[in-house]
Amino acid sequence: MLDLTWLLIAVPLASFLVLLLAGKRANAWGHWVGVAASSAAFVMALIAFIQMLGLGSGERSHAVHLFSWISTGELTVDAGLLVDPLSMTFVLLITFVGTLIHIYAVGYMEHDPDRRRFFAYLNLFIAAMLLLVLADSYLLLFVGWEGVGLASYLLIGFWNYRNDYATAANKAFFVNRIGDMGLIIAMGLMFAAFGGVDFATVFSGASSVSTAQLTAIGLTLLLAACGKSAQFPLQSWLGDAMAGPTPVSALIHAATMVTAGVYLIVRSAPVFEGAPNAQLVVAIVGAVTLLFGAIVGMAKDDIKKALAASTMSQIGYMMLAAGLGPIGYAFAIFHLVTHGFFKAGMFLGAGSVMHGMKDQVDMRRFGALRTAMVVTWVTFGFGWLAILGIPPFSGFFSKDKIIEAAFVGDGWQPWVFGLAALIGAGLTAFYMSRLFFMTFHGKARWTDDQHPHESPAIMTVPMIVLAVGSAFLGLILATGDRFVTWLEPVTGHAEHGEPVVSVPVITITTLVLVLVGAGYAWFKYGRADVPLTAPAATLATIAARNDLFQDSVNRAVFERPGTHLTRTLVYADAAIVDGAVNGIGGGSAKTGEALRRLQSGKVRSYALLMLAGMLVVAFFAVMGGK
Amino acid sequence: MNPIGFVYLAAVLFAIGSAAVLLRRNAIIAFMGVELMLNAANLAFVGFSRIHGTVDGQVMAFFVMVVAAAEVVVGLAIIVAIFRARQSISLDDPSELKG
Amino acid sequence: MINSFLFWVVAVITVLPSLALLFARKAVHVAMAVVLVMIGLAVSYIMLAAPFLGVVQIVVYTGAVMMLFVFVLMLIGVSGKESLRESIVGQKWLGLLVAIGTGAFLTGVISRVTLNVQEPTEGDPTQIAGALFGRLVVVMETLGFVLIVAAVGALVLTHMPRLTPKHTQKEIAEDRIRVGANPVNKPMPGVYARHNALDVPALDPQGNPIAESASRVLKQRHQLDDEGRYTAGLEIEEGDDK
Repeated sequence: MLDLTWLLIAVPLASFLVLLLAGKRANAWGHWVGVAASSAAFVMALIAFIQMLGLGSGERSHAVHLFSWISTGELTVDAGLLVDPLSMTFVLLITFVGTLIHIYAVGYMEHDPDRRRFFAYLNLFIAAMLLLVLADSYLLLFVGWEGVGLASYLLIGFWNYRNDYATAANKAFFVNRIGDMGLIIAMGLMFAAFGGVDFATVFSGASSVSTAQLTAIGLTLLLAACGKSAQFPLQSWLGDAMAGPTPVSALIHAATMVTAGVYLIVRSAPVFEGAPNAQLVVAIVGAVTLLFGAIVGMAKDDIKKALAASTMSQIGYMMLAAGLGPIGYAFAIFHLVTHGFFKAGMFLGAGSVMHGMKDQVDMRRFGALRTAMVVTWVTFGFGWLAILGIPPFSGFFSKDKIIEAAFVGDGWQPWVFGLAALIGAGLTAFYMSRLFFMTFHGKARWTDDQHPHESPAIMTVPMIVLAVGSAFLGLILATGDRFVTWLEPVTGHAEHGEPVVSVPVITITTLVLVLVGAGYAWFKYGRADVPLTAPAATLATIAARNDLFQDSVNRAVFERPGTHLTRTLVYADAAIVDGAVNGIGGGSAKTGEALRRLQSGKVRSYALLMLAGMLVVAFFAVMGGK
Repeated sequence: MNPIGFVYLAAVLFAIGSAAVLLRRNAIIAFMGVELMLNAANLAFVGFSRIHGTVDGQVMAFFVMVVAAAEVVVGLAIIVAIFRARQSISLDDPSELKG
Repeated sequence: MINSFLFWVVAVITVLPSLALLFARKAVHVAMAVVLVMIGLAVSYIMLAAPFLGVVQIVVYTGAVMMLFVFVLMLIGVSGKESLRESIVGQKWLGLLVAIGTGAFLTGVISRVTLNVQEPTEGDPTQIAGALFGRLVVVMETLGFVLIVAAVGALVLTHMPRLTPKHTQKEIAEDRIRVGANPVNKPMPGVYARHNALDVPALDPQGNPIAESASRVLKQRHQLDDEGRYTAGLEIEEGDDK
């Protein structure tokens, strides 16, 4: 199976083509084909995983050569797949969570006439994401990178008859493009430094290249990761991306696509190892984003946007961990896996709530849904407890380890990063509890036409599976450090440094903060009445409600100067370039006009010209001889 | 006296002939200017022939005379034809080639 | 050798009338002045030991060419006075400049030359004939051809309007009657006709079709319409005048 890993990509891709080309006559059975393709990919991934487990830990990296892709003399890139523990982790996450969401979407999109097209795009996404994590070169990774960007655009703007949804899709694509630019520049720098862009060439050459080059590569890779993972400063698209159907938000913008940036950073570990400054920037970006997401999430009344802010924040944790060096890589991936489960579970729960509340998303109109939608309440609750980090739920094992690792180091770094992570945990607890209590507890604030009901089994079963994962996966993977050892061939063995504050203190402080945050949310939103409209608030709250003015900042700093620059260039092109060309044409015409006057039609002036010319020629003939 | 003086004379006559061609509007008078130029060339030929002591220049002048006579015939016939068509022999009138 | 005094006299009588070419108003005055120039040139040739050429100059140029000019002047309009005002802008001064420039240039070129004056060979007819019919016989024959072409060309240019006599109506009628053909045209459709197509015959005053009125070509091709169909059924009663 390990040699046939390319089937993992080929099957969903073929399904995508079939579903698109089959057209309307496939509307009755198209979605099942999509589910089947995704399940087949999961089954194949599972077989490959079991095979890999059978090999010794040093032999688990398996290279599959597909075909010779580019060979242009200086640059040779072969298309191939690299199946090692890191990529296998991602493959399992993508296919498992992806298949569950496929099944969920069969029920969620039941009344949508474009369901078949939806599944085609979902399969395209699965294929592209698998290509991204399985590629053995940055160039092939970039193909998958672009593919998921395309799938994300198509799916966010799925209901493109609404202008704001279509605009949101455009916004996601444009901001992603800036990240893509980073990846392209990084590949160019790699080619200049190493002579190739496949992982083997880059990683083996990383130790012999100057720090400056590695820093440049690292920073451009970070830019790419920020674009895809919605990290500061390219985070503005994620909130608007909630315009897509909820299964899309669950799969792409919670569990998998937004984690591609973390994958890129962790995969490029040898590059960052040689560029400590770039690594520091990664950690700073992660820390900033986790606080940014937490602050924004505290003021959002739209359930999906609050969850999106939470995703941004949790990926900030992962970035912070990845920026801490080898000690953090494994925890970043660990948190990524557990986050995939509980965040996807919570998104599916939100979708279930919306399904029962006629697509209402304003949490101020929810309340007391725990009696109307019991299964949703329980599964969402598991996810809530996991993200808070309450033991023994999975978030506790992954997030706490990140906070511990953040406190390791010398100088100002452990204090800044550690406190940021700690405060972030408290804020996370607050706003996630606020979300949970506003939705499921308190008094019912429904509008008159609402009759909330539980979702059908096809939607609740995937939610249950994910809730089980949120509950137990962390415990299973953390026991005996087996996840860390599983990833060691790729991330390298890390020395366990001592945090500046001792581990028990960290753990207890974290739990205290979490309980304080949750408790405060209970008092404000669970016990007290929630106003139906957002109350007047302090500047901080207003800022948080407006995403910390991210769109205004982007507009002022980038869009306006960019538009002015474009207009200037267009004007210059028209005036200077076109002006020069037209000027030559006009000049020729005017010269012709002037010369035309010579042709008076009068014989005597012609005779004069002839004689004068003859005189000149004769003069030069005679003079030339001298 | 040096026969080269006749060549100078020929140069002067040539200049006057060309001035007539350029400055006179009457086609026949311009044509006479052309004849004058041809004759000036003839004079130069004969002058040089005298200087070199051969008859070559004179024979050449003879040929020029013959050709000039033929040319006058045809030229005047053309002028007559144009006069019949336009009733005018001014050199400024036919300006159909005006750009 | 050449007499200096004679040279200057000849120079004056050659150059001065040529200025009339520039300044005289009437074309005939100009022609007479050019005759004088030609005579002056003939004298120059004789002074330059080319007596044959000098006589030929008188005969051909003065006698033939200039007379030709005068005849054409007669045809064109002898009394036309030309105004000396220049119509094209700048032509006068530029023209003068070019002409003077030409003269100056030529004079300058000549002045740089120093040639040894040889003994003259008399240019008498024997000498010229020796060269003409000896070395240059082909050129001479070609020139003869050129002269013929010129003469024919002149004829053509000036006599072009009619090459054949005009075939008048009188002659056409005479030819017809001589042969015995019908002196009049074929009959046309007429009063009683209902159609005027080529393949339909015309009707005579009795309403019967006339055979010759239809097209002869169509008749040969058997594409004529049936004559009997087009008879006008006229009821002519006894005693009718119509």
